Amino acid sequence: MSDGGYNYRVVRGFAFSALFWLLVGLAVGLWIAFEMFNPALNLTPWLSFGRLRVVHTNGMGLGFSLAAIFAATYYMLQRLTRTPIAFPRLAQAHLYLFNTVLALGALSLFAGMNTTKEYAELEWPIDIGVVIFWVMFAINVFGTLIKRQEKQMYISLWYIIAMTVAIAILYIVNNLEVPISLFKSYTIYSGANDANVEWWYGHNVVGFIFTVPILAMFYYFLPKVSNLPIYSHRLSIVSFWSLNFAYLWTGAHHLMLSPLPEWLQTVAMGFSLFMIAPSWGSVVNGYYTLNGNWDQMRTNYLVKFFIAGITFYGLQTLQGPLQGLRTLSAFFHYTDWVPGHVHMGTMGWVTMIISASFYYMIPRIYDREIYSVKLANIHFWLMMVGQIVWTSAMWIAGIQQGAMWKATNPDGSLMYNFLDTVASLYPYYQIRFGAGVIFFVGILIFAWNLVMTVRQKQEPGKASPSIL
Amino acid sequence: MGITSKPVVFAILSAAVILIGTTVTVFIPLFMPSTQPVSAYIKPYTAVEQEGRDIYMREGCNNCHTQTVRPLRTEVLRYGEYSKPEEFAYDRPFLWGSKRTGPDLNRVGGKYPDSWHYTHFKRPQGMFEKSNMPPYFWLAKNRLDTSYSFKKTTVLGYGYTEAMVKQQLEEYRAKVADENYPSKESRNVVTPPELRKELTEMDALVAYVQKLGRDVKSIEKNQ
Repeated sequence: MSDGGYNYRVVRGFAFSALFWLLVGLAVGLWIAFEMFNPALNLTPWLSFGRLRVVHTNGMGLGFSLAAIFAATYYMLQRLTRTPIAFPRLAQAHLYLFNTVLALGALSLFAGMNTTKEYAELEWPIDIGVVIFWVMFAINVFGTLIKRQEKQMYISLWYIIAMTVAIAILYIVNNLEVPISLFKSYTIYSGANDANVEWWYGHNVVGFIFTVPILAMFYYFLPKVSNLPIYSHRLSIVSFWSLNFAYLWTGAHHLMLSPLPEWLQTVAMGFSLFMIAPSWGSVVNGYYTLNGNWDQMRTNYLVKFFIAGITFYGLQTLQGPLQGLRTLSAFFHYTDWVPGHVHMGTMGWVTMIISASFYYMIPRIYDREIYSVKLANIHFWLMMVGQIVWTSAMWIAGIQQGAMWKATNPDGSLMYNFLDTVASLYPYYQIRFGAGVIFFVGILIFAWNLVMTVRQKQEPGKASPSIL
Repeated sequence: MGITSKPVVFAILSAAVILIGTTVTVFIPLFMPSTQPVSAYIKPYTAVEQEGRDIYMREGCNNCHTQTVRPLRTEVLRYGEYSKPEEFAYDRPFLWGSKRTGPDLNRVGGKYPDSWHYTHFKRPQGMFEKSNMPPYFWLAKNRLDTSYSFKKTTVLGYGYTEAMVKQQLEEYRAKVADENYPSKESRNVVTPPELRKELTEMDALVAYVQKLGRDVKSIEKNQ
């Protein structure tokens, strides 16, 4: 307990759960990155690529990101409403259930219990656990909002409400399945319909986990860190509603030239292009917030995290709609370009914003200074370099792969067999692994910095920490 | 000021906005004929093939292999006839995939003999030195669990009776255990002696892979 009777216990719990799942998820990520150019690492069935890849994606998406989102949400929610969490014991139970479900989920994926629907691979008993902890979370979000002392809801709270509602709808609809046994089920949708439902989910779960709540953090923590108000309230209103409206139409851009009806693909393509507007609404809002105060990029170590993060968000939301165009999708889809795209978002935007939010939040809830600003800066640059090398290597690999797949001889026959294209990618896979190691070292420094912040002796009578 | 001071109204409005695109692009298409076409030529999986499909899912093969050939010239040249929606009428879930670390498999059925697959699954690098596919020799050491086969085909609506499922399993077992099975040698290399007269997980996976695109190829042949 600290100032204002706020409950920070659950914030701490989720913050360090996030760190734990981040380290686990990255370690698995490095392992599978190595397997991509050295299959000898597929030592046992549960260490084989097909099983481990879903441990990585679920560990990062549902483990690290969700835990960080819960930590930041419980923090922002209390501060922005000037009200302690409505049901603190429920929040604590949420923390325990979340980690139990995630641990069981990881074990079940290792064991091969995999529904194969991307980012929804968990089998039905685990799904039920996810739904229960989501409901526990939602009760606290709305309970606290209803009891709030501050009448106006700030932008971040809108994004939190949208996430809470959207994820519930997405997760339940896509995971409707008929159990065969405790460990096996079949989805209720078949063929083209299943593909359509899955990518509506797959695209929007990214939207409402990797975008919406991260924007909530961005809109809350950037003004806090920089001591500057958000540039335009009106722009954030327009961005918010147009993003919420348009996001749900775009899933089928993952299914370009597939057997899905063509009109669904075309509608998705159109709305994907439209999505540039609300996305850049937030980017512009972030940039203009710093208008006249760009010196903070040099003087305020956390501002640089947020501005780098929103920049990669801006690039991500340009690249995405373009590679979703039918003609470009024909070239880029199924290649290594796509993991490059995804990782610019996750490494460059999501992890960047979460890192900075934690650097701001953790010292405050423990009422002390950050252990080392210097280490935080090293962490920043390692993440930055790791991410840029990682994604650039994959983009180049993807272009090469796409070009080799469609290369023909003068007589019209294929120039390369499939294995030629695989073998030509190994150098890029090796570079990607090296870049992953750099990023991982950055994250180790991040974790060390936070642990040391918590463990260092508290200076008596110290007021709230300063930013610089 | 307005809805930003009414959280419940805000949440309801938010849900409504989210459900517009969802209804038009997901809920309504669920009931349109174009997303669920059927064809008399496309047959459901046999019990053995379905078990193989479940192993394909368990091992996450969809992480590296797609099952949709796009209507692009070089793609048709590389894999065969492009994929049509009716081919997937029985696929729950769909396994189109999103990444081709390995080649597309939608037309792989019948492309190679069973022996090719036994040898390849055992250790892909034995066949293609530069392949990065994991080895799956251990699938031949696992007896196929058929205790849910009937329940599975029932839930999936294949319309088999319990006797039919038993017969399908027994027929396939008899086929691979037969002395004259053309791929006997490769199968025996990976299958331990005590399992050679039974169905293994690898047998089922091979059966599944050989089913992929086979119905479409038979249409082409008849034309």
